[in-house]
Amino acid sequence: MSAPAGLDRATERSRDLRLLLAVLLTLLGVALTLVYLIALNAGAAPRLADLAYERLPSTGVQNPVTAVLLNYRAYDTLMELAVLLAALLGIWALGPAPPGFQRSGAVLAAMVSWVVPLLIVTGGYMLWVGGYAPGGAFQAGALLGAAGVIVRLAGDPRAGLPGEAAQRWLLVAGVLVFTLVGLGLMAFGAGFLTYPPTLAKWLILLIEAAATVAIGAALAAAYVGGRPPGPDARPTAEDEDALTPAQTPANPPAPPLDPRP
Amino acid sequence: MLIAQFLYGGAGLVLFTLGLWSFLVHEPLLRKIIALNVTGAGVFHVLIAIAYRGDAAPPDPVPHALVLTGIVVAVSATALALMLGARLQDADEEDQTP
Repeated sequence: MSAPAGLDRATERSRDLRLLLAVLLTLLGVALTLVYLIALNAGAAPRLADLAYERLPSTGVQNPVTAVLLNYRAYDTLMELAVLLAALLGIWALGPAPPGFQRSGAVLAAMVSWVVPLLIVTGGYMLWVGGYAPGGAFQAGALLGAAGVIVRLAGDPRAGLPGEAAQRWLLVAGVLVFTLVGLGLMAFGAGFLTYPPTLAKWLILLIEAAATVAIGAALAAAYVGGRPPGPDARPTAEDEDALTPAQTPANPPAPPLDPRP
Repeated sequence: MLIAQFLYGGAGLVLFTLGLWSFLVHEPLLRKIIALNVTGAGVFHVLIAIAYRGDAAPPDPVPHALVLTGIVVAVSATALALMLGARLQDADEEDQTP
């Protein structure tokens, strides 16, 4: 008799708590909306945007977002790459990766062999276009990471990444190149990450290329979800399929589905 | 277009509040992680809405850059949180089986 009553009281209390939370959060939402509305109606305050556009010609890039990320607030981006690396180290510290998925069938394998090269080429385009239009290291890195996810889903236990030793270099490439460029500039008398305008474009491109590789590798490695399996792990993911030779086309030719002549 | 800007940012605030509610109310870790992501999406909405400076001027690049950085940090933090959750679940199952 007492147990159901206690249960009832517990559910009642949790319902009361939910109601209280709902009221408080509604109040918070209304308050935030009011502040936002007042801020919108307050009109144009002095903003960083004017300064950002004014100094754009000396940043080495024409895209203001890239200028903010890699020039004005370069420290921010360096630390952000460090955060990405730290998150991945945390994932690796939690143990080995779960086993890969089963080997993909012919249709998925053919699609992967089309989509992954396209993603890599688009990533390279994104990296270059970031200098003067929307694009840059983050978008390019996200595309590379997506390519890794697709490769992993298609059965590669390492998501297309190399072995652990090489993977470590890929993962630290962003932070490493970023820091080396900053220290190099210091050695030549400029401040840490204060690019001379004549060199700015190429230094930014160098940093962004390294950052693209690092972001893409980190996202794909995070999707793998643990320390990468060693080279001998490769057959274990497909050992069941390996018993039936008909289903293991290691590199299946693309079927003639291409609509172009 | 102040109304469009208000609606976009207001939708972000609604997402923020809903995500916070879901984070506080729901017990399972996976739902909490998703809720935190919804909260983050709301913050990104607000930042993008704030970047608008009228049709005549180009948008403010500083909030845009913050959103771009924030997305990558949110993704990596989510990945770490998911892995921690999976390990916690494994540990719980190990505790219960013997």
